[in-house]
Amino acid sequence: MSETAPQPTTAAANPPVQPIGLNMLPSDVVRISATRDVPQPERQLTKVAKLIDVSKCIGCKACQSACIEWNDTKPEVETNVGVYENPHDLTPNMFTLMRFTEWVNPETDNLEWLIRKDGCMHCEDPGCLKACPAPGAIVQYSNGIVDFVKENCIGCGYCVKGCPFDIPRISKVDHKSYKCTLCSDRVAVGQGPACAKACPTQAIVFGTKDDMIAHANTRIEDLKSRGYANAGIYDPQGVGGTHVIYVLHHADKPAIYEGLPEDPRISPVVEGWKGVTKTAGLALMGVTALGAALHGIFARANRVDEHEEQEAARLVRSDDQGDAGPTDRGSA
Amino acid sequence: MVRIPYSEPGDRIESTRPVTVSRYRGITRLNHWVTAISLIVLLLSGLAFFDPSLYWLTGLFGGGQTARWLHPILGVVLFFSFLGMFIQLWRLNLPQPEDKAWVSQIGDVVAGNEEKLPELGKYNAGQKFIFWAMSVLIVVLIVSGVMIWEEFFAGYVSIPTRRWAVLTHSIAAVAIILVFILHVYAAFWTRGTLRAMTQGTVTGGWAWRHHRKWLRDVAGRRQNGPAE
Amino acid sequence: MTNSWTDIKNTDLVVVMGGNAAEAHPCGFKWVTEAKAKRGAKLIVVDPRYTRTASVSDFYAPIRPGSDIAFLMGVIRWCMENDKVQWEYVLNYTNAAFLVKDEFGWSDGLFTGYDEEKRDYDKASWDYKIGEDGYVLTDPTLQDPRCVWNLLRDHVDVYTPEMVERVCGTPQDKFLTICQMIGECSTPTKTMTSMYALGWTQHSKGAQNIRGMAMLQLILGNIGVRGGGMNALRGHSNIQGLTDIGLMSNLIPGYLNIPTEKEADWQTYLSTRSFKPLRPNQMSYWQNYPKFMVSFMKAMWGDTATAENDWAYHYLPKLDVPAYDAMRMFELMTHGKVNLYFCQGFNPLLSFPNRGKMTEAFSKLKMLVIMDPLTTETSHFWQNHGIYNDVDTAAIQTEVLELPTTCFAEDEGALVNSGRWLQWHWAGATPPGQAKHDTWIMAQIWTRVRKLYQDEGGVFPDPILNLTWDYADPGNPMPDELAKEMNGKALATVYDPADPTKVLAEAGQQLAGFAQYRDDGSTMGGCWIYAGSWTEKGNMMARRDNSDPDETGAYLNWAFAWPANRRILYNRASCDVQGKPWDPSRKLIEWTGEKWEGYDVPDIAPTAKPTEVGPFIMNPEGVSRLFSRGMMRDGPFPTHMEPFEAPIANVFNPRMRGNPVARVFESDAETFAAVGDPDFPFVATSYRLTEHFHYWTKHNPVNAALQPEFFVEISEELAAERGIERGGRVRVWSKRGQVWAKAVVTKRIRPMTCDGKIVHVVGIPLHWGFMGAARNGFGPNSLSPAVGDANVETPEFKAFMVNIEPAAEEPVA
Repeated sequence: MSETAPQPTTAAANPPVQPIGLNMLPSDVVRISATRDVPQPERQLTKVAKLIDVSKCIGCKACQSACIEWNDTKPEVETNVGVYENPHDLTPNMFTLMRFTEWVNPETDNLEWLIRKDGCMHCEDPGCLKACPAPGAIVQYSNGIVDFVKENCIGCGYCVKGCPFDIPRISKVDHKSYKCTLCSDRVAVGQGPACAKACPTQAIVFGTKDDMIAHANTRIEDLKSRGYANAGIYDPQGVGGTHVIYVLHHADKPAIYEGLPEDPRISPVVEGWKGVTKTAGLALMGVTALGAALHGIFARANRVDEHEEQEAARLVRSDDQGDAGPTDRGSA
Repeated sequence: MVRIPYSEPGDRIESTRPVTVSRYRGITRLNHWVTAISLIVLLLSGLAFFDPSLYWLTGLFGGGQTARWLHPILGVVLFFSFLGMFIQLWRLNLPQPEDKAWVSQIGDVVAGNEEKLPELGKYNAGQKFIFWAMSVLIVVLIVSGVMIWEEFFAGYVSIPTRRWAVLTHSIAAVAIILVFILHVYAAFWTRGTLRAMTQGTVTGGWAWRHHRKWLRDVAGRRQNGPAE
Repeated sequence: MTNSWTDIKNTDLVVVMGGNAAEAHPCGFKWVTEAKAKRGAKLIVVDPRYTRTASVSDFYAPIRPGSDIAFLMGVIRWCMENDKVQWEYVLNYTNAAFLVKDEFGWSDGLFTGYDEEKRDYDKASWDYKIGEDGYVLTDPTLQDPRCVWNLLRDHVDVYTPEMVERVCGTPQDKFLTICQMIGECSTPTKTMTSMYALGWTQHSKGAQNIRGMAMLQLILGNIGVRGGGMNALRGHSNIQGLTDIGLMSNLIPGYLNIPTEKEADWQTYLSTRSFKPLRPNQMSYWQNYPKFMVSFMKAMWGDTATAENDWAYHYLPKLDVPAYDAMRMFELMTHGKVNLYFCQGFNPLLSFPNRGKMTEAFSKLKMLVIMDPLTTETSHFWQNHGIYNDVDTAAIQTEVLELPTTCFAEDEGALVNSGRWLQWHWAGATPPGQAKHDTWIMAQIWTRVRKLYQDEGGVFPDPILNLTWDYADPGNPMPDELAKEMNGKALATVYDPADPTKVLAEAGQQLAGFAQYRDDGSTMGGCWIYAGSWTEKGNMMARRDNSDPDETGAYLNWAFAWPANRRILYNRASCDVQGKPWDPSRKLIEWTGEKWEGYDVPDIAPTAKPTEVGPFIMNPEGVSRLFSRGMMRDGPFPTHMEPFEAPIANVFNPRMRGNPVARVFESDAETFAAVGDPDFPFVATSYRLTEHFHYWTKHNPVNAALQPEFFVEISEELAAERGIERGGRVRVWSKRGQVWAKAVVTKRIRPMTCDGKIVHVVGIPLHWGFMGAARNGFGPNSLSPAVGDANVETPEFKAFMVNIEPAAEEPVA
């Protein structure tokens, strides 16, 4: 093992061939699902980002192919249902998917074929992590990567509800949740994600978030010069920004890119569930239990006294005309 | 309009010296305990997912994965088990005029001043509340639970709906826990109650003190009851 | 390619027409995105479908399949009319000023000399006026009505924007926008590149499509310059190499010719090939033909090939027909005239037209030998696979042998890319099972055949018995041995002709380049254009130095490019007549006053004075040809010809079917639908999808998952007209066969109006068969007609007529 892998590097660079130390360690984790008081890391990794330039993407699916190969998944051979999307959706075996939209620009009346690579956005404020009940099943590194730790996943599907982008998929086979890891295993040894490595047009690039924003800005300038007045970056602040960002030709209308959310944020329902419901619920249950306990200790028990037993006996016997004698039938 | 009776046909005086009154048949008790055990396991497994501080509860089941699949299955068991209870008990849990007085005198109830309360049938308003609260909450829980049962039903429900379902499920779960605490504590605090669900009988004094109309009903019926 | 993949980054305008680079060449397409990102280049796509390339284009226009010539001639007309001409280039580097014989002309869609009986032209009139000095007469003022420029002006006059719209279905406004964008590249400082592929070649007039664009590029001054050129995107990683070393049955390595039976002797053969210069001082590089040919013969037969026996010329087969191309072979098979067929790295059951004919052809063989790394449909042509291969197995008596071979990743050697780069690669994996290298298999067969001839004699055993076979292990020639043989070596000491005392190579040494090839028997070389690839310095193809001074995109020390490691052909034309670069910011080479030098290997003698020697040294004219004389069978200018199956008649001559000189076998002619046949109302075109590579990757579960099932693409309008649902199953049929597919209903294909008629296009991708991991399906060859390009016999896969209807879902087996 020689030195530690450099932090973050472009996907275009070729990897070192000798064994190399990891640059992302367990101690670089800043958030852990269902875990309070994560120790503050000693260092802050440089924030990374994967930039997907939709305007450069040719929809070749090399990213999907590289993703399958690197993660060694086995997506099913499905059918054709009249569209180019295959598999038809993200699956536990397909962490990224090209989504194709045929959109007629109302301003020019020209057809535009919008092709967007869908997958985990690696939110700065990850809804999946917030929703996850299993300690350590989802972690966020200080460089921004949100990773699923399969060993700790219980397959409950809460991450699905927490995610504003509909990304995680639960396997029917091992009942674990799967999504893009931003190739944390590659990034840790100084390489970029497999999809970025495979992308022939470098529509997918990887690096520090600052560099990616700067690169995106040059792309936006180019797009504006080509008449895309609303070209822009998609780095939604509602989730604190993301570590997968898009360059869109029509950044004012993200929804035309096969339903990219306009202003994604963790659903208030999820926030309510994980926030006030949990706190208030626990408090209520505690108070009730405590109240019962106090009542039990300080109030006298509700006991039946002898007088009441006699009253009952009197009632029963007065009604009991057919009573044969003093035999107790029931308590023999 | 049919008068709502104060007792079930099966309730009877079990013995006279001392007086014991049969309150729950064996099948009802079995039904109750199946329901109770399911509910307890559901509470334990559900609480494990409710808050990280309680995640250790999954250890009772051998881990999170087991807790995850066990919880909804028990939910179904609970639902059907409770349905059995419901069919047996619902009639006597319908409201009666005296419930109003009982509720208005809740201070006397808590203080144990039972002699100040009106005579009651088989269930007091508190028990009825628990019955109906359980009934409603269990329906809410099973419906919302199925919606978020990832393994089988995820594909049929939209994610926004599932978010509402999980929120509803957790609120209903909190509520049912509160009801559960009330139920258990009331059964414990009201001495002599537990045996109704264990042995199936209560003492005459217990019936006299808490459910006098019921006792009168049962005692009165004894005269004309079928020969044994 | 005249240029290279890496050079595309230097362009200002990319025109993708007759191809779909993003889809079929995604890795090479990165250079288009480079040009767009770094130079602000624009991308134009002209295609019947809005393709994945179109999805990243700046401008898209639709075109009816098979009407490209009309479009291109229209652009040329527009450029001539609007003075969008690089005049200095046209006047000095093309034959614009050359005078053409008075008899030459064009009318009713045909050139002079057409013989309907023979389906051929008498090309006598298609030539220059030659002066008494033996040189061509020219008029540099372009005043003479018989000069090429004026003839071209007359020729394209009919292709008005209205005519383009009428023939191509391209709306005039879109066509004119494209003309304007292209016209901007006529300045010396702006260049356009043409990227095309099988969208232009797979037509009965494919070669003329390409000529049309080449002429436009010459008029714009874009040949030989950085970011310009005619860039054929080759469809297989090594198809360029296969072409180079003799893919075509009438060629031998290095684009030399197999003799015809009219060329019974060596002198006759050479007399028509060593072209004399047509203008003073020109190089006419083909004058070296004898050197290349003799060296080839020495490589073949060594000491047996001598000056006395005309280098064993009598060993060479003499063609009795223009070519034994694949389509002719299959035709012969159907007539029972072929017994044994070796099918090596080829899956013709799915890749050659009229699949029914393929099945019939193979069924008449005695033996079919398949050499392939994958199990192919061809090797199972006899096996019944329900509707996917509905044959009567018991009726087929052909014996089929499958010899598993290695794939490219399991052996060593050079792959030649579209940019003519010979890139050496090493084995990355061990061959599985009993798979063997193709060379091993062929050597094993060869040594056994030779033994048979040795033992039993034969009619003419000499060419076989005397064939040079100097490999260390005769049963297993190694890649380095073969590569060195193709490069060539000295058999005796080779001296410098300018200085006979100077030794260029000692006997036994590898030659440094084809300039050292000799016609006296002192050198041998299997493929002259590869000379320089494995020299005394070693394997030049294995070089991996990616330095690129001043980022010109040349990468001269990366691998080896034929010829002579030259990265841009005709690069002399990147400079003006004085030898100064047209665009100093895009300098390639320049004349220093004494010699040519620069970033690339000059495509001219290093000391050839710029004002004397023309830049197109392979042509006896020294200049490029806007008028191609008799070099092509179907005309010296491209003229609009309809596909053999077309929705409308040829607007110039309704009687004309397809390409009037394309070869049509009698049995095939009967299988063509008539023009406007109401039974086959829709135009079909075939293409690749980026998720797959031909019929290979359907064997790979990853690719199969990404594009699992055969489909056809139709417009929403056609779907509505025929009641077809998105994702529904359809039947598509032509006069030759039928297929069942899923329907992709899309806005990316729109109906067009051509000659007053609504034309619908049915897109048919080609990646499915009945073997492999993907779902069973069909190829377009079940439907397409068996007719090829008039010059090179590339089958017409890109335009034919079909019908379509909804079909019941496939019964579950």
